Amino acid sequence: MGDASATEPEQGEPGDSVIATRGLTKRYRGGQLAVDGLDLTVPAGSVFGFLGPNGSGKTTTIRMLMGLIEPTSGTARVLGRPMPRASRAVLPHVGALIEGPALYGFLSGRDNLLRYDAADPTADPRTRRTRVASALERVGLTAAGGKKAKAYSLGMKQRLGLAGALLQPRRLLVLDEPTNGLDPQGMREIRSLVRELASDGTTVFLSSHLLDEIEQVCTHAAVMAQGRLITQGAVADLSAGVRGRLVVTTPDTGDAARVLKEQGAADVVVAEDRVTAEPPERDLAEVNAALVTAGVRVRGFGVERASLEDAFVALTGEGFDVAG
Amino acid sequence: MSQAEAATDAVTTGPAAGAVRAPRLLWTFGLLRSELLTTFRRWRTLALLGVLAAVPILVGIAVKIETSDGSSVGGGGPDGGGGPAFISQITNNGLFLVFTALAATLPFFLPMAIGVVAGDAVAGEANAGTLRYLLVAPAGRTRLLLTKYAIVLAFCLVATLTVAVSALTVGAVLFPLGDLTTISGTQISFADGLGRALLIALVVAASLVGIAALGLFVSTLTGSGIAAMATTVGLLITVQILDQIPQLHAIQPYFFSHYWLSFADLMREPVYWDDLVKNLGLQGLYAVVFGSAAWARFTAKDITA
Repeated sequence: MGDASATEPEQGEPGDSVIATRGLTKRYRGGQLAVDGLDLTVPAGSVFGFLGPNGSGKTTTIRMLMGLIEPTSGTARVLGRPMPRASRAVLPHVGALIEGPALYGFLSGRDNLLRYDAADPTADPRTRRTRVASALERVGLTAAGGKKAKAYSLGMKQRLGLAGALLQPRRLLVLDEPTNGLDPQGMREIRSLVRELASDGTTVFLSSHLLDEIEQVCTHAAVMAQGRLITQGAVADLSAGVRGRLVVTTPDTGDAARVLKEQGAADVVVAEDRVTAEPPERDLAEVNAALVTAGVRVRGFGVERASLEDAFVALTGEGFDVAG
Repeated sequence: MSQAEAATDAVTTGPAAGAVRAPRLLWTFGLLRSELLTTFRRWRTLALLGVLAAVPILVGIAVKIETSDGSSVGGGGPDGGGGPAFISQITNNGLFLVFTALAATLPFFLPMAIGVVAGDAVAGEANAGTLRYLLVAPAGRTRLLLTKYAIVLAFCLVATLTVAVSALTVGAVLFPLGDLTTISGTQISFADGLGRALLIALVVAASLVGIAALGLFVSTLTGSGIAAMATTVGLLITVQILDQIPQLHAIQPYFFSHYWLSFADLMREPVYWDDLVKNLGLQGLYAVVFGSAAWARFTAKDITA
């Protein structure tokens, strides 16, 4: 965040990372290693997807970043300041939704937000009601603001939790599974909200188990499995790491497979009228020409781009939802 | 537009984004106010106060019925037979219902209510998951704990005053009011008596400081509000029982409930201060010991709920 040094000179951020951890480790009292030597770097202004199967240490990491859990070893810096030591300086600039919303059921949605806002000693009580009202409006809860929170549906609770993260202009938003419990329309609204916030310069740290969601909104991503960071970087680079597959649609699958092998394609798979293979290291136009010269009737020829899911499976060697 | 420019835009357009937000002393008390509203808007708190208000009503009506034929309470002498302190005097002066009601509720009803509120203070928030959002707000662990303790103490005062005011109202309705006789036999005016009643209510409220600190400490140990409440009330009952066993007299002066009934000494003329001072000192000791323990525990705790 380039302007940070101008407005808050005491922060002195190293580089422009909003979150930076070095060797961050958490071992719970039972001896279970939840997070193992995590080196995570979240660039300023990014929408950062934090991926991993259940039980991979995502939530423990988020709790350490928010100062709720003391790391066993290693350091975590958020907005350039060490956590949990600088909690009181850092957290007013951070909006968080951690492991789903938590509300006082006997209070109205509006009163819940008023209470969370009152807990922040840097929040101006004179603007409290206005800020709560605009946060409610932002998540589409204005009409239900006066209703008791225990009467809220899961989706409404999720929205109220999001509103709690938006009570102040934030420099960092940490959203743990923000679309949980929302219907497709609600998910789309949250996605556009995240994009809107990001375009305002807010860094968004988003954990999700929905890969296509990460792919749609995130500029960067990190993948965790079994407490370790497997990879991190720009989303485009991550899926580029996995090569796409060459797909040939043809009625002459046998001939096509033979020609593709001759052309140096590996892992040739025939399925109905499709032949797929790892593209060979040569101009694909020549491969196509070779097919046609061999009398293969080609209906379709192209490379299917690797999705983030392919990247994920390649990295973790497993499906996304199976662990845990 | 680069990210840096976008960020600068947000800073210049957002009303508060650019300003360095520092905590203000007065704003810090916003949490206290919110906590107060939240606690006293809870149905459970109101139910506890309702039960406490009902005790003097029941005692008053029972005394009224029993003495309607002209006999004295319990049929005993001027000092009465059984029942809580001062009960035999109520028919002469309704003001004594205040002392009787406080003597009747102090051993169990009042501390139980405090145990529920104190035990739930931190553990209840952890149970509901709201604790993590308060801490991320950031409420600050020490600030949150101090606020919680302040609210529990405020509840001690409100609970005691609820009993006293209810008793005074019932006493005034059912029995005559007027000058009253102290335990030492001297006469004091009704106004002086009212003053003593208020003083006694304050001493009773202060007698609950110890169990409030104990309850808060227990509350930092667990993530279940019910477990914390049950443990605190269980400790109360245990201590009350142990305080009755003569063989334990060596350690009994350290029980938080040991000097509770010393508030009756305020009805002596002159006031007998020894046990009153011991009581307040003991409560202070409990507040310091268990307050520190709660702080040490809460500020180092991993919040996983």
